[in-house]
Parts: sequence; C-alpha cells; structure tokens
Amino acid sequence: MDAALSSLMLSRLQFAANISFHILFPTITIALGWWLLFFRWRWVRTRDERWLLAWRFWTKVFALTFALGVVSGITMSFQFGTNWPGFMERVGNIAGPLLGYEVLTAFFLEATFLGVMLFGHDRVSERTHLIATFLVAFGTTVSAFWILALNSWMQTPAGHEVIDGVYHVRSWAEVVFNPSFPYRLLHMLLASGLTATFLIAGLTALRQLRGTASPAAPLVLRAALTVAAVLVPLQIVAGDMHGLNTLEHQPQKIAAIEGVWHTERGAPLVLFGWPDEAARTTHLAVEVPRLASLVLTHEWDGELRGLNEFEGAHPPVAPLFWGFRVMVGVGLLMLAVSWLGLWQLRRADWEPSRLPRAWLQALRFMSFSGWVATLAGWYVTEIGRQPFIVFGELRTAQVVTSTPPAHIALTFSVYLVMYVLLIAAYIAVLRYMSEKPLASPAQSQTGRVIAQTGHDANLPQGAQP
Amino acid sequence: MTPLDALPSAIPASGDWLPVLFMAIMGLAMLAYVLLDGYDLGVGMWMARADARERDVMVASIGPFWDANETWLVLGVGILLIAFPRAHGVVLGALYLPVALMLFGLTLRGVAFDFRVKARDEHQLLWNRLFIAGSLLASLAQGWMLGRFVTGFAQGLWPQFFAGLIALSLVAAYLLLGASWLIIKTEGALQRRAVEWAKSAWPVVVIGIGLISVATPLISLEVRERWFSMPGFIALLPIPLITLGALIALRSVLNSKLVSERFCALPFWATVVVFAMAGIGLAYSLFPYVVVDRLTVWQAAASRESLQVILFGTLLTLPAIIGYTVFAYRVFRGKASELSYG
Repeated sequence: MDAALSSLMLSRLQFAANISFHILFPTITIALGWWLLFFRWRWVRTRDERWLLAWRFWTKVFALTFALGVVSGITMSFQFGTNWPGFMERVGNIAGPLLGYEVLTAFFLEATFLGVMLFGHDRVSERTHLIATFLVAFGTTVSAFWILALNSWMQTPAGHEVIDGVYHVRSWAEVVFNPSFPYRLLHMLLASGLTATFLIAGLTALRQLRGTASPAAPLVLRAALTVAAVLVPLQIVAGDMHGLNTLEHQPQKIAAIEGVWHTERGAPLVLFGWPDEAARTTHLAVEVPRLASLVLTHEWDGELRGLNEFEGAHPPVAPLFWGFRVMVGVGLLMLAVSWLGLWQLRRADWEPSRLPRAWLQALRFMSFSGWVATLAGWYVTEIGRQPFIVFGELRTAQVVTSTPPAHIALTFSVYLVMYVLLIAAYIAVLRYMSEKPLASPAQSQTGRVIAQTGHDANLPQGAQP
Repeated sequence: MTPLDALPSAIPASGDWLPVLFMAIMGLAMLAYVLLDGYDLGVGMWMARADARERDVMVASIGPFWDANETWLVLGVGILLIAFPRAHGVVLGALYLPVALMLFGLTLRGVAFDFRVKARDEHQLLWNRLFIAGSLLASLAQGWMLGRFVTGFAQGLWPQFFAGLIALSLVAAYLLLGASWLIIKTEGALQRRAVEWAKSAWPVVVIGIGLISVATPLISLEVRERWFSMPGFIALLPIPLITLGALIALRSVLNSKLVSERFCALPFWATVVVFAMAGIGLAYSLFPYVVVDRLTVWQAAASRESLQVILFGTLLTLPAIIGYTVFAYRVFRGKASELSYG
C-alpha cells in the first residue's frame, strides 16, 4: 500500500513536472505562429523592411520554442503508458482517438511546414511561403483543439458509457464538445495570445533598454500593446464564463478556490488568508462580505456549496486557493500594464525610444508573466480534478503504474534537473538574442562563411540554421 | 504447422481484420520513423568526427526535416496507445527505464539543435556535444528496447546480451543510414568523408545482421519453427537474399567513383531496403503478437467503434501527410545549403 502510494505520488509529480514544462512552449508557439503570419503578411503587403526584420527575429524565437515543445511533447506521449497504464486501458477508447486525431491533423502539419516556413523562403514562392506559415499557425491551434477536448472531457466527462470498467463512446459530438470544452479552449487560446504578446512586448522593451533595438520596434510594440489591451479584458470575461461553468459542473473545485468550507448563503469573497485543511478553516481571512455569492450566482444571497459536502472527494485546498489568486493577480497586472503602456506609448508618439525607462522596465518585467498566469491557472484546474483522473468517475490511484517507486524517483529527478536547466538555457538564450547587436547584412551570424552550392548568393542577414 | 494454428483460441471466429490492419499501419509508421529519424540520428552521431564547418552543413542537411521525422515516433506509439491500449501499458511499463533514456536523448538533441547556433559562442561547443551524445543515447536506447521487445522481455543474461547486440547493431545501422544521407546531401571533401564513414559502418552492420540472424532462432523457439520449417523456409528465402544483395550492392557502389555523382542516392536506398527487409522479417517472426507470447493483436485491441473512428481519420489524413512530406523533401532537394531565416 505504501509502495503504491509513493508510486502514485511520484508519478503525479513526474507528470506534473513534464506537463508544466511542456505547456510553457506551446503556450507561446500557438499565438506566436499567428503573430509570424501577421508579420510576414504585413511585409508582403507593404514591402516595409521593418516587418521582415520582426519576422526574422521572431522566427528564431519560434524555432527554439517549437523544438522545446516537440521534445517535451514526445515525452508526454510516452508517459501516458509508462506512468498511467490504467488510464489507457480504461479510457483508451476515448483518449486514443482524440490523441490520434491530434497527431494526424496537427503534429505532422505543423512539423512539416515548419521546415518550409523557417528555411524555405528562397526555395518557394512568397505565396507558398505565406501558406506554409499559415499552416504552421493553424496546426498549432488544431493541436490545442484536440488536446483540450480530451482534457476537458476528463474534467466534465460526457457522451460515454462504461461496460465492465472500460469506457466506450456513445456520441463523439458529446465527447468532444463536452460541457467545459468551449470555455477551456477559449480561455487557453486567449492565454496563449497574452503569453506570446507580453513576450513580444517584453523582449522589444529589453532590446530598447540595451540599445540593440531593431528599426521594427515601433511597429512591433504598438501592435503588441494594442493586442494585449484588447485581449486582457476578453480574457477576464472568458475566465468568468469558465468559472461559472466550473461552478455548475465541479462545485468542489470552486469551493476550494474560494475557501468555502461549509455550504452557506451570502458567502464572502476571501481576498487573502491561510487555508488550513486540517482545521477546515481559513486563518486570517480578509473578506468582502457576500461578494463570492454575488460573483458566482449573481445574487447577494446565492447559496454556495461548501467542501463539507464533498469530504474525501475534493481536491486539496491550498494549491487551488493560491493558484487562483496568482492567476487573477497576474491578470490584473497585465490589464494595468497593457492599458497604461498603450497610453504611454501614444504619448511618446508611438516611439519606444521615447518611452520612459521605467515603462520599458515594466514591460520587460512582464515578459514571462503569461507563463506564471498560465501555469497557475492550469494548476487550479488540474489539481482541482483530484482525486479523480476522470472527474467524479475514475480515481487517479486506480490507474497508476506498478513500476517500483525507486525507478520513478530516479527518472523524476533526472527530468527535473533537465527541465530546470533547459528553462534556464531558454531564458538565457532569448536574452542573449535580444542583447546581441544586429548583425551586419553581409555576414552570417556565426561569422563563418560556408561554401555551399551557390543557391543563395545574398545570404539574408542573420543567416544561420 | 503454421504459426496461426498454434493460437486457435486467440483468433476471433469472425476473423476481425481491423486490429491486423492497425498492426500493419503501426509497423509502417515505426519503419518510417526508423528510416527518417534514423538518418538524422546517424548524422548527429557522425558530427563527433566533423569539424565546425562540416557540422554546420551536416545540421543544414537535416534541419528542415527532423521535427517531422520525429513525429512518426509519436504516430507509432500513438497507434500502439490508440489501437492496442492494453499492450501500450505492458510494453511501456516493461521498458520504463530505456524509454526514459531515449526521451532524455531525444530531448537533449532536439533542443541542442537550436541552442547550438543561438547560444553564446563559448557555449556552442557544449550544445554540439549534447547533440552528439543525445543522438547516441537515443539510438542505443531504441535498439535496446527493440531487443527487449523481441524476446518478450525475457529475464536472464542471454536476453540482456541479445538486447545489447541489437542496440549496437542499430547504432551501426543508423550510422550507415546517416553517412548515406550525407552522400546525397553534400559534395566535395565532406562527401568523400561520408563515403569513408559509410565504408566503416558497413562491416559492423553486416556482422550485426549476421549475429542477430543466428541469435534470434536460438533465443526464440517460436522464431526457429517459423523460419526453418518447410515449405516456409523456401518462401522466406527472398528476405535474406534481398538483404544480402542490397548489402553487396551498397558496398560496391561505395568503392565506385560514381558514388559522388550519378549514384549518390544509391547507398541510401540500399540501406532502406536492408531496413525494410529487417522490418518484414521482424513482422513475420512476431505476428500476431503485440506483446510476445502474451498478447495478440486481437486481445490487445481497442473497441471496434474506436478503431473505426481512427481508421476513418487515418485513411483521410495519411495520404495528405505523405503528400506534403514529399512536397517538403522536394522543396529541399539537392545539396544542402546553409540554412537561413528570411
């Protein structure tokens, strides 16, 4: 029993580490793909070289980010089997085809056209190249569609029947478009939009601060801040809709987020406090009376179901309580920075070089804010599914591997070290790319001249693999 | 006695063909993976022998393709997971540690691919080394897994030794494939080196194939009966004969001057033939098992409805995937030139 328990906990930790590492990169690439399409399209339409400069810099970021997403994604596809064999045995009829469609309709598409998009510019027509860029962006988005369909089904399962413990599909439409799917998809796509956009704004500000700004900076920063200023309010509305949907289908998740220990009418909104699961209370709570009921039920006296109704079958409270507050906090910061930043940039005649340094610093500080909010949000929703793997139906403990804990502990620690180092390397390289002076047009970035077939006599600036 | 007679109870009376079809698709996806990622893993390992300039060209020769090449692995393991969920857990559970090693290797080389040119100059050597080490680790782990899989995860010294033999042979085969790929994609001094590399990998591959052919019937009664009973033996004879022919053709073309010009693609295709024959031989030895001596394709299969849904998707998308893969290879046909964003 002890061994099974630690295999469970270790498998959960390992999977959490893997999926947390993985999601960082698709969160950037899903939206960055559309940004690249925008940059390229502006270049084709206006022939303004600055758009091409923006394209060149951000394709490099995209290539690096995509590579990290691919390798961590491959790892995930294996961990389903290595750590959760019972999951595929029981739910394989549903999870299998959804993952299969992701591979068939998205993975090959994005990976194949990525090559054409990155390196094919002088081998295909501008039109074909633009189509390739579109297909990469489209592929990343389709991939999000399928994986979120599966994830949402695990949260709000529908359209299936269980025969002898094995899940069978009754209606694919109900499985894919399960109750939480539209909200989760929208919420995640907007999260990706914000993550990529704040990264673009942040690195553009960093380059301005370091004196390595590209001539494209005014165009890029204006576009990024405009998009951010539009997306943040949309995300707040989408998040609210998602929360109401969760209240309907997973009330215990909301109870944990809000720290509602007992069912009550006119529940207060706990701004901060220290949730104590042993004592089943929140210490030092700073509350706004009745606000939680108002926000969630749109009535001052609305009843919220408390954790007491779900004893033994509700998620741990502290991670949800804190995760939610971090997500919302970062979201509010994004709102302030995008709106005030846009206003400041307008006052500076849309010239980043004239922005006050403090504002450039603020934007730079927010470069990876999307990561923080996205991870916090995912922790809320995924830890909020526990102790179930299929919400309300199948417990995580029922599907875990029987691999010895020592093996999992070994692989877990290696994964962890590798992930921490890779995240550090990723951030360091983005920084290095931003702080590096622009290369002179005639020279390749590595400084090496490679005598190859005279395919391209005029190597574009920044030529490198 | 044909092998299927030995398993009367395992085969459903209806002769359900869907699981068999998925076994075939999975086999083809795995073969596609081994060939496609095989050449770029091979190129990655040969970088240990190359100087900085050569390394850039070598990376350029695989740059546009490697992402998509690795996707075939996801498809292969994906079909195992989708079509044979019961086997998926058994196989990946038994291979827990080598799978993790392979993933470490693939991760390191995948990220090193980009980091090696984007990082600071003083770190580039480190990323190059990680690229080489990752390629080697992934190749060794894949060979080891194949060896463990073939023996049905048998315990004991000999099965482990057998897995080690396959691991080394697969590394040699990837090296041959990688060198052959470079013969197509490069020219001049590097191409001449690639020919030498292919020559040095060739005898190791030949010895590996020879040892595996001797060891497999010794280690598995099932394989012995399938291959060495009449009239099957004669029907199967083309497989070793074609393999032998391809290996001899490969070696002689490596000696010819024409290998740098008209016949530059021949070593690669000859190696492909060797891999394909090995794949067919493997399929014949193992069918209808997904987990040797434990689970047949029918026992491990997902529900009929799920298989139909995914078959529909496969038939619809696979031709498109093959189509645009061919398109991408055509876009980047010819000798590798320096990769540039623009």
